[in-house]
Amino acid sequence: MAQTFAEKILARKAGLDGVVPGQIVEITPDVILSHDNTAPIYGLFQRMGGEKVFDPDMHAVILDHATPAPSTKHAENHRIIREFVREQGIQNFYDVGRGICHQVLVESGLALPGEVVLGSDSHTPHAGVMGAFAAGIGRTEMASIWAIGQLWLRVPESLKITVTGQLEEGVTSKDLALTVIGDMRADGALYMSVEWHGEAIQDLPLSQRATLTNLMAEMGAKNSYIPPDEKVFDFLQDRARRDYDVVYPDPDATYALEIDYDAGKIEPMVACPHTVDNVKPLSEVRGRKIDQAFLGTCTNGRLDDLAAAAEVLEGRKIAEDRRMIVIPASEEVYLAAMQAGYLETFLKAGAVIESPGCGPCMGNHMGVPAVGEVSISTANRNFRGRMGTKESEVYLASPAVVAASAVAGAIESPANL
Amino acid sequence: MAEINGRVWKYGDNINTDVIFPGKYTYTVSEPAEMPQYALEDLDPEFASGVQPGDLIVGGSNWGCGSSREQAVVCLSEARLGAIIAKSFARIYYRNCLNNALPAIVCPEAVDAIENGEQVGIDLENGLITCQAGEFSFPPLPDAVMEIFNAGGLIPYTKKRLTEFK
Ligand code: SF4
Repeated sequence: MAQTFAEKILARKAGLDGVVPGQIVEITPDVILSHDNTAPIYGLFQRMGGEKVFDPDMHAVILDHATPAPSTKHAENHRIIREFVREQGIQNFYDVGRGICHQVLVESGLALPGEVVLGSDSHTPHAGVMGAFAAGIGRTEMASIWAIGQLWLRVPESLKITVTGQLEEGVTSKDLALTVIGDMRADGALYMSVEWHGEAIQDLPLSQRATLTNLMAEMGAKNSYIPPDEKVFDFLQDRARRDYDVVYPDPDATYALEIDYDAGKIEPMVACPHTVDNVKPLSEVRGRKIDQAFLGTCTNGRLDDLAAAAEVLEGRKIAEDRRMIVIPASEEVYLAAMQAGYLETFLKAGAVIESPGCGPCMGNHMGVPAVGEVSISTANRNFRGRMGTKESEVYLASPAVVAASAVAGAIESPANL
Repeated sequence: MAEINGRVWKYGDNINTDVIFPGKYTYTVSEPAEMPQYALEDLDPEFASGVQPGDLIVGGSNWGCGSSREQAVVCLSEARLGAIIAKSFARIYYRNCLNNALPAIVCPEAVDAIENGEQVGIDLENGLITCQAGEFSFPPLPDAVMEIFNAGGLIPYTKKRLTEFK
């Protein structure tokens, strides 16, 4: 029977000929990802009677959520994690400053086509950009995998999004993703496997494709997948940690839902407070005063994102009484941005550059807003309280729009500067 | 599994984990027993002090969307909430509920019928909700999941499996 990506890969992993949506399978993942939550997961693992992890090589432990530690309590959390990885012989450990877990997982060749990645972070679907089946899970389930090496998964229904044509100049995959989320709403792909097809997707660089798979968490998706092509294989050439066996869906597979978009009709979009699906065209939100602009996160903190912002900021200054925070998504991005001169552009424009990690994305540190303030951010989430105080507003947009807004002091299109 | 019976706390659609358990506590409040006092802090300040064991939350669609933080389930299971009935659940939240042996029941018709504050009973084994408007049935859990549920959650379940391994 013709199968979607999710059906095919889960059947293969479960050692079955075929599976159907709704079926529960037990599988052993190839990679399991945890971040600063590794310490509490370790606590759960011990409560389960766990001593040695099932397979240390399955683990990727990447510290990013509150790094470097903003308080003694956070530092203690990191200390426990370092001790844990040493004791358990976990090799794939990335300490503070290496970058955001989803970005580092991809860069370090640990997210591979045809493999299953489970992460105790809701944006784990990000790794689907490499053609992996990547889904977020809870802490207790993660601890259980550490112990017994297996977990139950429900085979998801699949949603196929086909995007034809070409994105206009100044329109990014962030705008495409926000358009789709605005149309489908926050629960539009609940429990589903979202596949991206079409020439507009193939045209995108990997960094922009990752914005798509990353943001599908905001539509409730279990995982998101882009069929790997030469761009992926080239990227993995010197990075892949092992051989991989690519999985493609059958062309005649049955999808629960199929939707089509014309890339040429997508315009710059902004997600307004306090939900990601509260999406409006940029033209309708222009002029809203902002206090802070934040460029970074696993959604849009990669080199092209920084490049797009630097192009806007080149020779310009951030508006008076405004702040701009820049956080490269990883050490690799940081270094490349430095070599390309973007960091100098940011500094001269008056921005603050901080070390790779999540920064203020979830309100931990490095530029959280004050009560009553308005932020515009390249992140993936704008829920009430997300950046630290529920008495603040967060708008989400593409890197160039965030940079233009920093210059204008209000939400603005780069074309109007 | 005993019958569940309690007072209903009813909320709307797309209630996210940031309002169920605020992100700012995720690395500062680590003891499960301390979590109930922050439950729904940004949504309903009355909830944490008023909730009684066995009470029920009735939510709209996509309950528990957003961050995968399991504290958003633990803060309720530790308060010994009886169950959550919703039109639909965000998937990680749903998994976290079952893995913490907190019944998560999908029953849109019941959600529409149930009023805030009323007493509602649930018979998990037979998949039946009894409220003022009448009775509503829901599909029982798949066997593989029921096994985890019956063990009292994923922690005791894994413990059991680990012992079997050794
Ligand atoms: S950058 Fe934000 S969304 Fe991404 S992993 Fe970090 S906290 Fe989560």
